[in-house]
Amino acid sequence: MPIPTPFYPRTSTLSESHEWSEWAGYLAAITYEPTHDREYWAVRNSAGLLDVTPLFKYEVRGPDAERAVNRIMTRDVSRCRVGQVMYSPWCDEDGFVIDDGTVARLAPDRFRITAADPNLRWFQDCSFGLDVEVVDVSRDLAALALQGPKSREVLLAATEDPTLAKLRYFRLAETQLAGAPITVSRTGYTGDLGYELWMAPEHALAVWDRLLEVGRDYGLLPIGLAALDMVRIEAGLLLIEVDYISSHKALIPAQKSTPFDIGLGWTVNLEKEAFVGQRALVRAKAKGPTWSFVGLEIDWISLEELFGKVDLPPQVTGRASRSPIPVYRGDRQIGQVTSSVFSPILKKYVAIGTVEPKEAQPGSPVEIEITVEYHRERARATLVRPPFFNRARSE
Amino acid sequence: MNERYDAVIIGGGHNGLVAAALLAKAGKRVLVLEKRQTLGGSAATEEIFPGFKVNTGAEDAGLFRPELVEALALERHGLRFVEGPAVAFAPRLDGPGLTLWRDPTRTQAELAERISPKEAASYHRFTQLVARMTQVLDRAMLQTPPNPKEFDPRELLPWAMTGLKLRQLGKRDMMEFLRILPMSVREFLDEWFQDPFLKGLLATAGVAGTMQGPYAAGTAYLFLYHHLGGGQGVRAGRFVQGGVGQLSVALASAATLHGATIRLGAGVARIRTSYGQVTGVVLEDGEEIPARAVLSSADPRRTLFDLLGPQELEPRVMRRVRNIRFRGSTAKVNLALRGLPRFHGQESPEQLTGHIVISPSMEYLERAYDDAKYGRPSQEPALDVVIPTLLDPTLAPEGAHILSATVQYAPYALAEGSWDEGREELGDRVVALLARYAPELPDLVLHRQVLTPLDLEREYGLTEGSIYHGQMDLDQQLFMRPIPGYGQYAMPVGNLFLCGAGAHPGGGITGAPGFNAAREVLQALR
Repeated sequence: MPIPTPFYPRTSTLSESHEWSEWAGYLAAITYEPTHDREYWAVRNSAGLLDVTPLFKYEVRGPDAERAVNRIMTRDVSRCRVGQVMYSPWCDEDGFVIDDGTVARLAPDRFRITAADPNLRWFQDCSFGLDVEVVDVSRDLAALALQGPKSREVLLAATEDPTLAKLRYFRLAETQLAGAPITVSRTGYTGDLGYELWMAPEHALAVWDRLLEVGRDYGLLPIGLAALDMVRIEAGLLLIEVDYISSHKALIPAQKSTPFDIGLGWTVNLEKEAFVGQRALVRAKAKGPTWSFVGLEIDWISLEELFGKVDLPPQVTGRASRSPIPVYRGDRQIGQVTSSVFSPILKKYVAIGTVEPKEAQPGSPVEIEITVEYHRERARATLVRPPFFNRARSE
Repeated sequence: MNERYDAVIIGGGHNGLVAAALLAKAGKRVLVLEKRQTLGGSAATEEIFPGFKVNTGAEDAGLFRPELVEALALERHGLRFVEGPAVAFAPRLDGPGLTLWRDPTRTQAELAERISPKEAASYHRFTQLVARMTQVLDRAMLQTPPNPKEFDPRELLPWAMTGLKLRQLGKRDMMEFLRILPMSVREFLDEWFQDPFLKGLLATAGVAGTMQGPYAAGTAYLFLYHHLGGGQGVRAGRFVQGGVGQLSVALASAATLHGATIRLGAGVARIRTSYGQVTGVVLEDGEEIPARAVLSSADPRRTLFDLLGPQELEPRVMRRVRNIRFRGSTAKVNLALRGLPRFHGQESPEQLTGHIVISPSMEYLERAYDDAKYGRPSQEPALDVVIPTLLDPTLAPEGAHILSATVQYAPYALAEGSWDEGREELGDRVVALLARYAPELPDLVLHRQVLTPLDLEREYGLTEGSIYHGQMDLDQQLFMRPIPGYGQYAMPVGNLFLCGAGAHPGGGITGAPGFNAAREVLQALR
């Protein structure tokens, strides 16, 4: 049975829809209001507040912490300065992605890693023989994502800490909020301006209350996972078990992905000191990827034509879809869409997925399968480079 | 900077020296690095008491491969085996003891007289069966195990001969062979014999050096393994003139003749690698020695964790290495005696020329194990005693003797206390037990050395004091030795090889791992 997060006393009373799901063993709100619309627009136009406590959190501490984390991650963590955060996947011995998350350097000898899945054993095994301890701090930290164009103003007003105005993208700072010590990182899963706030569970309610109170003037709303799933697709961000399958959970080899297969080639530093999967990734790079990660924009006229045949306007889901969809070029299936959504802000039906590398030229036409009144049809689409939405970082 | 060797061998035990001699003979530039000042590893002969040359670890060299004696002309390098008329003798408090003689007819006569003609007949047929079974194992000794993951038919070719040998046994024996391997030595012996005293004596071969009791599955396999040297029911009872260390001296002489260099007091601190390939070793004093290949006769845990480093291994390989069962279970008590003791039930000194075994029943042996299972040294341990001075008086001053007892069980991991505190207590317990069978013995003792599993780990580098470099259980044999996927001597780092007892076929003084590893190294360096 899922357990409540430290914010549950507030989130439960705010929930009008009573729509919850299970996230890593916790109860997580899908929406608070009966529909997700206002929550989505809050993230894109003002600010949204999301309980991200269910993320798995680990700390790696000790004299060899940098070596240990660098052995786990595909990115060169030795370049991560204190106060900096890096996004990175980590791979198994064969170079297949296990999970992805953020790596925050809290001190020269102390890192905090967020993960979607339990990884304690993996991190400990990768660090075996090094002078470090890997600690699961998942239950020691409550976490909130404060995301949206007004998030900075909300944060400044709530903390009354003007230095946070200068907090750069993928950097973190220690501050106080409602009298509680918190860590603020300028990170998120929305492609928008945003922050993540980390605190001890006993301060969770005070922080929540303060943010909502201050946020009222800025249009801040608590948001659920439905809105999050939409904005992360707009931002072209991957979701584990949807856009790729963890190599530790894959049932067959074909379900595994190297970072090169899912658009994370940029995170792989083959020149840094030895890391798990390095040798396999050197070979994988030489051989070339099996898949290329792509974005797709589905042609609205094509949808109107298909639905027009049965006298319907285009029927597209309001929320994000995680149903895999075949992608064709001519008669051949060249790949698959793994996540799709009608983007309200872009007024476009967009998707992310993977196609064969030789078919992956941006701008080239493809077709995706679409079901019109129980009939399988094909709609025209164009390959594009994700993200679809990316707020300028200088803001 | 040293010049680069073709092969650097870590450890001057018998397996390391076998590999060194064979590689040098094949024209390779070879260097052996031994940490101690003595060759032989845990089969060394050391003057630990003035005037006494004691086999501090292993005693019986009966498993040593005759092919190696010939290939390296070891007799020309001074190797002499000595055998007494007795293979094993079990003293008895309440009557005449039991002797297994090297001459089988003599054993049968004794069994017929002391137990029953039926038991004597069973013994005859039993030893013949054991001899046929060991022929199959014998063929596998000098072969590289196939890698079942790769299914390369070429690798299976040499094994066709082993298969053929198995077929030649005939259907019944073949079935019998496959049936016996995973059995407990107790069930195996129960099928053949009735006399508890005889079975207690025989069963010791099934548990020698292992943290298993005679009721444990797979101990029948270990029983057969110890008969590879042609044992008559216990162990071969074949010793080396001048002490077991002379085997390594002869091997070193052969290796040196072929151009190998041997350095004593040269402990290796690290195995150096670059991009997943071995580049050499670093000594404890910081000296760097480059090499194309590195062979380690240290056990797999020491080799891969202490010398290479777990960070050099993939996590899945690291886990396997971490999970190897070592579990040392034996201690050694070495005594210098001013004279020869007499045992209860003993009629003549010639009975003492093999193994003197105190294990009056399989139940006694199992109860000894019961203590160890719960982390206690056996209250009444089983003892495998040898008095090498009977066959080779040069080992001790005139009239004096050496008595060495291998004590089972002495578990490495103690439930309470430490071996540093319990060492002499164990020595006292062993001497007291011996005194029950040889009452004069305590008064004859001049010197005493007690080597606990902890001492074996510290002094000889045996992880957890495991004399076999990892338990000889069926799941840690063949292509699963030392770990599945790395059963062909080549370790996960390029040109790093395991050439000690942690690799196939396993422990005992066989020379086989060294021989097989040398063959693989020659292939790799070609």
